[in-house]
Amino acid sequence: MTPELMQITIFTLAVALVATATLLVPGTLLAWLLARSEFPGKALLETVVSLPLVMPPVATGLILLWVFGTRGPFGGLGFEIIFTWKAVVLAMAIMGLPLLVRTARPGFEQVPRRYELMAESLGAGRLRVLWTITLPLALRSVIGGTLLAFSRALGEFGATVVVAGSIPGRTLTLPVAIYTATETGQDRQAAALLAISVTMAFGAVWVSNRLVYATSKNPG
Amino acid sequence: MSIPIRLQFTLKQGNFELTINENVEAQVLAVYGPSGAGKTSLLEAIAGWREPQSGEIEIGGRVLFAPAQHIRIPIRQRRIGYVPQDALLFPHLTVRRNISYGAPPHEAGTIDRVSAILEIAALADRRVSGLSGGERQRVALARALVTSPALLLMDEPLAAVDIARRQRILPYVRRVRDELNVPMVYVTHQASEARAIADHVLMLDEGRVVGRGTVDLLPT
Repeated sequence: MTPELMQITIFTLAVALVATATLLVPGTLLAWLLARSEFPGKALLETVVSLPLVMPPVATGLILLWVFGTRGPFGGLGFEIIFTWKAVVLAMAIMGLPLLVRTARPGFEQVPRRYELMAESLGAGRLRVLWTITLPLALRSVIGGTLLAFSRALGEFGATVVVAGSIPGRTLTLPVAIYTATETGQDRQAAALLAISVTMAFGAVWVSNRLVYATSKNPG
Repeated sequence: MSIPIRLQFTLKQGNFELTINENVEAQVLAVYGPSGAGKTSLLEAIAGWREPQSGEIEIGGRVLFAPAQHIRIPIRQRRIGYVPQDALLFPHLTVRRNISYGAPPHEAGTIDRVSAILEIAALADRRVSGLSGGERQRVALARALVTSPALLLMDEPLAAVDIARRQRILPYVRRVRDELNVPMVYVTHQASEARAIADHVLMLDEGRVVGRGTVDLLPT
């Protein structure tokens, strides 16, 4: 592997890991909230969370560009996001969020409510019930969803290219590098990047599927 | 130790309706009746797992539920120990961690004492999936007792145990009654079981109380 390929691979893995870690807690809490609570605006929240799944990724990128660009509502935060590695993380996290939420949520729903009621009868508050009972019993789905979000982050292209561009050494990820190599006729480079990309995605999805399939067979 | 138990409520679940209007003082109150009489619903209303549409629940002079006075004590603050028919042990925790789940901090003495009375100390490091029906009931009983409940609810604790073992478990329940002095509501559809453990009985059928008094009322 050339140093350039190595750099792109390590950068892509690193930003995908940071993006997954960033959305892990809010995504898991969101999945639990949607599984276990009724509140005004729940249907709207469910729809908004799922939007990145069905919208063109480029459109999602454009929205992020407007929101986090210098003239957007979060543009004056005092630190630069757009066209930096933080924009790559942002795009990956937003695109991965629905996969985590939609995979983890059924896992939470499958935890029998009576276990939670029993924990409450033993004096546990809502957060302790979540941490000690619900989350451990839904853990496979949460891990499965996290891996799916991670693999989505590895493959993220459309939103990334809009908010972060393709700056070598700064924002260039595997999918964007594959596109650039193909466009510029570097077929061997594109094939090598493709092989790395397929291997990583295959591993993440395979492990995720094993976990989620085991959960649906054995919810307890 | 006898305590006053005041149950005045209506609980509707689909076509079924449980109506109770009782004021008893008992150490062990047996709730006796056939399947579908509403025995488990009665326990779950006391524990707070199901909310009656109206009425009042008062245990040992403490009002737990009185919506007319805006009183709805949360499940975790009720101090009601509950041993359901299926024991409902947390499947991902060992026996030791199940028992200590609701124990106040630094209460190892209570855990040891309860484990000794119920003869389950040797099971501490076992996973709950490997326990027999009788062992599960004793672990569930210990888990409820270490919280020092004001009232213990037991839902047909011998139903999941084969006939040969029933005579070996009943003495443990008697020891809890006599050595730990915990007031109980004990649900059963076996008259002999109710006579062996209770001092008062409430006879239920199709959601209505059809008899009340001392255990001498029970059929022989």
